[in-house]
Amino acid sequence: MNKNLLLFILGKLLRMTGLLICLSIIIFWLMSKSPIDPIQAYVGADMMLVGPEQRQQIMEYWGLNEPPVERFKHWLLAVSRGDLGTSMIYRQPVLQVIKERFTASLALMGMAWLLSGVFGFALGVLAGVKQGTRLDGMIKWYCLTLASTPGFWLGLLMLVVFAVWLGWFPVGLGVPAGVLQENVSWLDRLYHLILPAITLSITGVANVALHTRQKLIDVLNSDYVLFAKARGESNWTIFWRHGLRNVALPAITLQFASFGELFGGSVLAEQVFSYPGLGQATVQAGLRGDLPLLLAIALFSAIFIFTGNFIADLIYRVIDPRIREGELL
Amino acid sequence: MTHLLPRLNRRQQFVAGTAVSAGILGVVILAGFLMSSDGLVTNLAARHLSPSWQYPFGTDWLGRDMLARTIKGLNLSLGVGLLAASLSGLIALVLGLAAGTLGKGVDTVVTWLVDLALGMPHLVVIILIAFAMGGGAKGVITGVMLTHWPSLTRVIRAEVLQLRSAEYVQISRRLGKSNWWVATRHILPHILPQLFVGTLLLFPHAILHEAAVTFLGFGLSPHQPAIGIILSESMSYLSTGMWWLAFFPGLMLLVVVRMVDILGDNLRQLMDPHSAHQ
Repeated sequence: MNKNLLLFILGKLLRMTGLLICLSIIIFWLMSKSPIDPIQAYVGADMMLVGPEQRQQIMEYWGLNEPPVERFKHWLLAVSRGDLGTSMIYRQPVLQVIKERFTASLALMGMAWLLSGVFGFALGVLAGVKQGTRLDGMIKWYCLTLASTPGFWLGLLMLVVFAVWLGWFPVGLGVPAGVLQENVSWLDRLYHLILPAITLSITGVANVALHTRQKLIDVLNSDYVLFAKARGESNWTIFWRHGLRNVALPAITLQFASFGELFGGSVLAEQVFSYPGLGQATVQAGLRGDLPLLLAIALFSAIFIFTGNFIADLIYRVIDPRIREGELL
Repeated sequence: MTHLLPRLNRRQQFVAGTAVSAGILGVVILAGFLMSSDGLVTNLAARHLSPSWQYPFGTDWLGRDMLARTIKGLNLSLGVGLLAASLSGLIALVLGLAAGTLGKGVDTVVTWLVDLALGMPHLVVIILIAFAMGGGAKGVITGVMLTHWPSLTRVIRAEVLQLRSAEYVQISRRLGKSNWWVATRHILPHILPQLFVGTLLLFPHAILHEAAVTFLGFGLSPHQPAIGIILSESMSYLSTGMWWLAFFPGLMLLVVVRMVDILGDNLRQLMDPHSAHQ
């Protein structure tokens, strides 16, 4: 069994590597096609002051005068040494930028992920148990409407209501303005985190809730629940003994498999709240033509999603006794 | 609320829902065509007006009528979304059919392509593609088109694989009909409704993604009255309390997306023989 698991993990990792290599080739090709001139994007408004010789020098400095295939080779060689290049806009090693930014994003995404998981599950269970009632209808309607809601608009509304009108939360940024880095306490950070995290979690609720509701309804229609009812168990005991375990596993897996939407949502939420995370860096890198950073973030997001799916697969294998005992293998 | 209305049975609810959503969409589209562009012109005498009877959605910092901008923007979004979703559906049809009929090798390639496309967040892929194409409507449409096909491709592929093993298809093959004959006469007619509904259900996602990418600054140009542009411009004015700049355009986008979703979902139920007679 352990050997099986090991083979499974190895296979997945191999697949991931292949996927990453193909993705980097495609992304590199896309970038070489871009009409956005990286030098102009780099220099910005001072473009008029840059002569042809200087331009040549910058091109040589960034290695932009070589054909794309050569550049890709150089890049791949550098990556194998653990060097992802230097970000043009942040003037820091790309790895450094991603590390700093992702730490900030991780706090945001983690909080939103937990919130949406817990609330989504609770709503789904409530709707499933009360299937067919007005409460169920309301929860369903609420979730379906959320699924059609542009997340960034929701963020703007939260900003207007809670930051501008009520003044409960700051209007943006990850830390208070005008305070030195070392004087920022974690409470300050948390305070700036709450509004974007709530925004991000609200849209994430819908998927889990609807899925959990459907699963629970399936379970409640099963023979063993019918038997439990015949024995005279109450709704609550039925849910506790027969429903919860059967419903929790798919919900957890779904939550891990939704890393892609989480990442996309965080790009938008960070833009709305000017939260200095990886999402904001993505937008900046794209708008200002920071090729090394954009490439690295794109690949990083792929690894992020893969990790989520991987954990979801692993949970199924390790937790579900049917798969663990090799019944469904 | 509900006890004021006569209680409708499911069929009546279904018809009412479809009619209302089609009606609202129709009004938005018609208004977009009929509305003159007067409201889009700068009118400095009517700046920063909060919602009133004359300007139900208020005016912006240049005195432009937000109702007019919203309606025009919605039509632009609907157009871009429709084009992108249809192209996405087309890709799904071609790849799904190819995976299902052209043998194991093609199937492996298509499945792998689906994995590849699902391996990165949609938004990041759209940003990359829009970046590669230098932004603009073409970039957004290509980006949305190239990100939304995988789920539908899976559905179509599964359907084709199932049909291929059906007895009448097997018999048809034994009778010596060509692959092309089987694909066009037996499989395509079954796939088309699926494709149509699937594309309609892609449509809301396409609209939302278009708005999001435009909001981030990679999409439609700032000169166009797109919802994404309106919302991103409104950000600089929200802290001064001009909430209507963001509220109404976003709400209208939500309503339109939800209506399209309801239409798609109702059509799906209608075409599914298990639920069509309920």
